[in-house]
Amino acid sequence: MKKFLALMLAMAMVFALAACGGDNAETPATDAPATDAPATDAPADDAPAADATGAFKLGGTGPLTGGAAIYGTAAANGAQIAVDEINALGGIQFELNYQDDTHDAEKAVTAYNTLKDWGMQISLGSVTSKPCEATAAKNFEDRIFALTPSASSTAVTEGKDNVFQMCFMDPNQGSASAQYIFDQNLASKVAVIWKNDDVYSKGIRDTFVAKAAELGLEVVSETTFADGNDTDFNVQLTEAKNAGAELVFLPMYYTPASLILSQANAMGYAPKWFGVDGMDGILTLEGFDTSLAEGVMLLTPFNADAQDEKTQAFVEKYQAQYGEIPNQFAADAYDCVYAYAQALEAANATPDMSAADLCDAMIAQFTTMTFDGLTGEGMTWGADGAVTKAPKGMVIQNGAYVGM
Amino acid sequence: MKKLSKQSRTSFFTYGGVILAYVLLQLYNGQVGLSSMIQGLLVPICAYVTMALALNLVVGVSGELSLGHAGFMSVGAFSGTAAAIALQGVIPLAPLRLAVAMVIGALFAALAGFLIGIPVLRLNGDYLAIVTLAFGEIIKSVLNNLYVGFDTTGFHFSFLADTVSPRMAEGGKLIIGGPMGISGIPIISTFTAGVVLVLVALVVIFNLVNSRAGRAIMAARDNRIAAESVGINVTKYKMIAFVISAALAGAAGSLYTMSLSTIVANKFDFNTSILILVFVVLGGMGNMWGAILSATFLTLLPELLRKFNLDQYRMLVYAVVLILVMIATNNPFLQRVAGNAAARFKRKKPAPAVEGGQSHE
Repeated sequence: MKKFLALMLAMAMVFALAACGGDNAETPATDAPATDAPATDAPADDAPAADATGAFKLGGTGPLTGGAAIYGTAAANGAQIAVDEINALGGIQFELNYQDDTHDAEKAVTAYNTLKDWGMQISLGSVTSKPCEATAAKNFEDRIFALTPSASSTAVTEGKDNVFQMCFMDPNQGSASAQYIFDQNLASKVAVIWKNDDVYSKGIRDTFVAKAAELGLEVVSETTFADGNDTDFNVQLTEAKNAGAELVFLPMYYTPASLILSQANAMGYAPKWFGVDGMDGILTLEGFDTSLAEGVMLLTPFNADAQDEKTQAFVEKYQAQYGEIPNQFAADAYDCVYAYAQALEAANATPDMSAADLCDAMIAQFTTMTFDGLTGEGMTWGADGAVTKAPKGMVIQNGAYVGM
Repeated sequence: MKKLSKQSRTSFFTYGGVILAYVLLQLYNGQVGLSSMIQGLLVPICAYVTMALALNLVVGVSGELSLGHAGFMSVGAFSGTAAAIALQGVIPLAPLRLAVAMVIGALFAALAGFLIGIPVLRLNGDYLAIVTLAFGEIIKSVLNNLYVGFDTTGFHFSFLADTVSPRMAEGGKLIIGGPMGISGIPIISTFTAGVVLVLVALVVIFNLVNSRAGRAIMAARDNRIAAESVGINVTKYKMIAFVISAALAGAAGSLYTMSLSTIVANKFDFNTSILILVFVVLGGMGNMWGAILSATFLTLLPELLRKFNLDQYRMLVYAVVLILVMIATNNPFLQRVAGNAAARFKRKKPAPAVEGGQSHE
């Protein structure tokens, strides 16, 4: 009898969750400013035909659940805000569909295929690098244009003429950081602590070290960590300290970086710290003493505290809708949608065009146009899909990012 | 039919089921057309089914709990894929290249299985489970630090840091890039190849189980001391099952990776091992067609939930459904209902009486 009860309880849970799921799926549709597009999210099983409602079907995959969910949800939210804003203007209309890929290549392909069945015409690729490599190959094969907000590895765009990036490529970040340190004469002896089982960290570290050697910056200490031993950094820090590093370069996400900062503080080691865009978010990390991050420098394309009107409006809207400060991923996705709007308008594209026709039009537009967004002014794209924009040097002062 | 033993009947029933499913899907695809999502899932499902069959050989037939099978999958995935990329110019025919890659993947995984089996199979029970878990993680760490390049002079290896790229001749390609894994894999896996692999796995497993060696393996499972007392070399027979299982897992890994264009070693972590174990447990230990059904069902389930507006709660619903299914299959009340239904169904047919209750081959 007990087991039967357990069974009934479990069943009740499934239905309760199903009900929740249904509600939540509807919210964005009701939030969206009145468009002529009724919220028909029932995917058509037959061949995806161009939508009759006059909206471009924009799809993307990202980790909406799991360990990397913070990036996926931020991108999905940022894109949603942009879509709502553009739809409200009444010109070009978008219908956005973000599918969960749990930061896994296999799931990303399934999510991509789901979007294809739904009738996706243009794509936002995937949010994270490895899944995006898998979906980018599919984008190339199916001739669906992709502009990824944040998948930064080179393999994403390599050999694919219709996959573009809104963020810097990992290598660019590494060499830009080295260049910046050299130009500003921040240090001559540098230590690097990097995560050796992470694509992002390794990509940046490789080019940083290469560029540093070229410029004559001395890398005196290079230490690594990996998933599972990313909580104690005393060994790495002691080595950097003993080698006399004046600056420690941290190509990693903010969670390990926060531990490094507090452990260095505990052992009385105070070099200059230099991070990359993954460091963005350290100030909003729960339980982190932001005074430790004082003086940390980072290169990031987006800064939620920037004083320009565009950024402030976006941050305000994001906070009102989702209750948190947007990070760089949200801004990148927001820019992606606006870049699409600009390109579609310039190409006189209509929603009844096929994905392949749109793809050709978008390739022509993106390689020639200049775009101003939250994450940079005067962005241009090369034929290889890489973006050119100036990285902004930021330093943390009094618990806020300030431009350097 | 009457002359066939119960084992043969089960095996022919399973082969038939797989072939029938394949033919029906191909017909349906030709006539109506499958959605892209299902088409994309066919190859991963075949890979997972093969993994479940391979693990079932160790867990169900040999009776040892292995928590590191994703490790063998990754050995096969990396070696097979590296071979496929290197052979691109030598064997232009994609299906043949895939077959060669799967064989190479299986051989490397079998070698890994043999080396790991030497220390591991001296243990049993919980100790064995924990040690296999550790080896699975070791394989993952090794692959995360392995760099392999290929140029006209052959393969180049390095460990911990990429010293391969500078040494390579013009036109060389870094195939395995440490934590970056393999990128730009040519997609040559097909559903047909996947079904062939599943059938090969079934033939191997059924023939092993119904052979003298298979009976020795099961004897060692049921009572190790009794088996040893009649002169069965328990470690040897357990090793046979373990190595065959590792080889099948390696072939499945090659198939899986070549259906995606990118792979990292972190994909084959502890969670993947557990996922495959879940397939086996749900399908019934030692029950091959059960493993096939459960692997298919549990791979499809989270993806099908996408269709029902459950995007955000998809994985949670998946977990709850999993608990539900586990409870339901172990519920004595439901088992009795199912048993009665089966008995009534059998009584109607004058066909040869089949033993009631759960089969246990």
